Amino acid sequence: MSHHLVEFKNVFFRYPDGTEALKGISFRITHGESVGIVGANGAGKSTLLLHMNGYLMPTSGTVTISDLSLTKKTRQDIRRKVGIVFQNPDDQLFMPTVFDDVAFGPLNLGMDETHVRERVHEALRLVNSLDLCNKPPHHLSGGQKSAVAIAAVISMEPDILVMDEPAANLDPKSRRSLITLLKTFAHSKIVASHDLDLILDVCQRCIVIKDGAVVADGPADEILANKILLEENNLELPLSRQNIKTP
Amino acid sequence: MTFDEKYFNIGHLDRISYQDTCVHRLDPRVKVIATMLFLITVVSFPKYEVVALFPFFLFPVLLMTIGEIPILFIVKKVLLVSPFAVFIGIFNPFLDTRTAAVIAGIPVSAGWISFVAIMLKFSLTISAAILLIATTSFPGVCHALRQLGFPSLFTAQLLFLYRYLFVLMEESMRIIRARDMRSFGKRGTGVKVVVRLIGILFLRTVDRAERIYYAMLSRGFQGDILSLKQSHLRTSDLAFMAVTIALLTVFRFFRVTEQIGSFAQELLR
Repeated sequence: MSHHLVEFKNVFFRYPDGTEALKGISFRITHGESVGIVGANGAGKSTLLLHMNGYLMPTSGTVTISDLSLTKKTRQDIRRKVGIVFQNPDDQLFMPTVFDDVAFGPLNLGMDETHVRERVHEALRLVNSLDLCNKPPHHLSGGQKSAVAIAAVISMEPDILVMDEPAANLDPKSRRSLITLLKTFAHSKIVASHDLDLILDVCQRCIVIKDGAVVADGPADEILANKILLEENNLELPLSRQNIKTP
Repeated sequence: MTFDEKYFNIGHLDRISYQDTCVHRLDPRVKVIATMLFLITVVSFPKYEVVALFPFFLFPVLLMTIGEIPILFIVKKVLLVSPFAVFIGIFNPFLDTRTAAVIAGIPVSAGWISFVAIMLKFSLTISAAILLIATTSFPGVCHALRQLGFPSLFTAQLLFLYRYLFVLMEESMRIIRARDMRSFGKRGTGVKVVVRLIGILFLRTVDRAERIYYAMLSRGFQGDILSLKQSHLRTSDLAFMAVTIALLTVFRFFRVTEQIGSFAQELLR
């Protein structure tokens, strides 16, 4: 399929309190691409992600997901296509057990019992968390919570996977297994993060956002090597690109 | 007790409920119904009935033993809520002063008897309710209620209450720790500060509620929390139900204690 695209055309968004969060953002992400979104704190990354699922509607401009243009009517269909993993897994895991939580999405899609069980099993297997099935979320460690939160989203088999700071609060080993996991997904991926090494590992393309507008868009290799551009955006070279000389 | 200790105390009840004993394995629906029947039977006794209540302690004691629930834990919980029952019953001995019985030469007023009856009923019902949670887990009870036909809005609220109780407590714990770290001695722990902390906690909760709602929408939430049908009742469940009903009926309608007493007298004679 070649139509899993995400397209923003000249999107403006103003919060009710008057803050202009997005000021004419345009980009086009095509099927199977994995794209990192970086920028300083408050640049508009989270606001941007909330548009991909129709929680926020553009004040002006258009958002197109697959072949649907975002309106209040198409929101429900778009939510089936786009799975968002939020930054804080405690907000995402709202059901009393891991199984119930991963089953929440498939049940809402109206699947029957055997299908739901299959989906839950498969999603938990993908993130190596099958043994957590009957645990309540508050007995899990941070890394386990993140893994389950991802399972809860991929159990709906979205076309496009959107993640907000997926590696925040993970220890290095959990972070590494998350990166390995993300690389195995064939979905279109959009990852907003300050973890530039993660983006370098997972994404081919990188978009830099500043004050609600795109300031750079290109191959992750090139953009994450551009020291001046990164420093202008409160970022720095990925650690793996810094030539640290041992004294 | 500090806030931290209280927090881990609640977590304890929760951990107990995830044990794996044959009481825990019973179908939640059966346990909910059994507990309800138990409560109704206990409450249905007239207000001066004391002796007939004792056999009912068999129910919590059995559940506790087979379910491997520490007895001290349950007793502590019952004591914790006991002031409510004490205040309900404490005036009976003063208002109802006619002599109802003479035990070992001391006249006992009807008020004292009804007070004891209230306390007995209270400990029976509260320990049964705590045991239900301790052997079934809170979500288990919620799902059972939903399957028994309770409105989904009601059970969904309970599920969220359970899920976010822990998150909210952790949040409060962090706020309190942050305050304690920077307040030395008494300064900074006054009412004014506490009021502000509660305000902050409220604002954070509102924000969190919004994020949770986003997360629910993103997974296709449309107003009802669905859950999978549970497996069918097994024979052990039905047996448990039958035994409970039989025992409750016997304890309610036959004077078991008196008969045991007269039987013991026969033996001693």
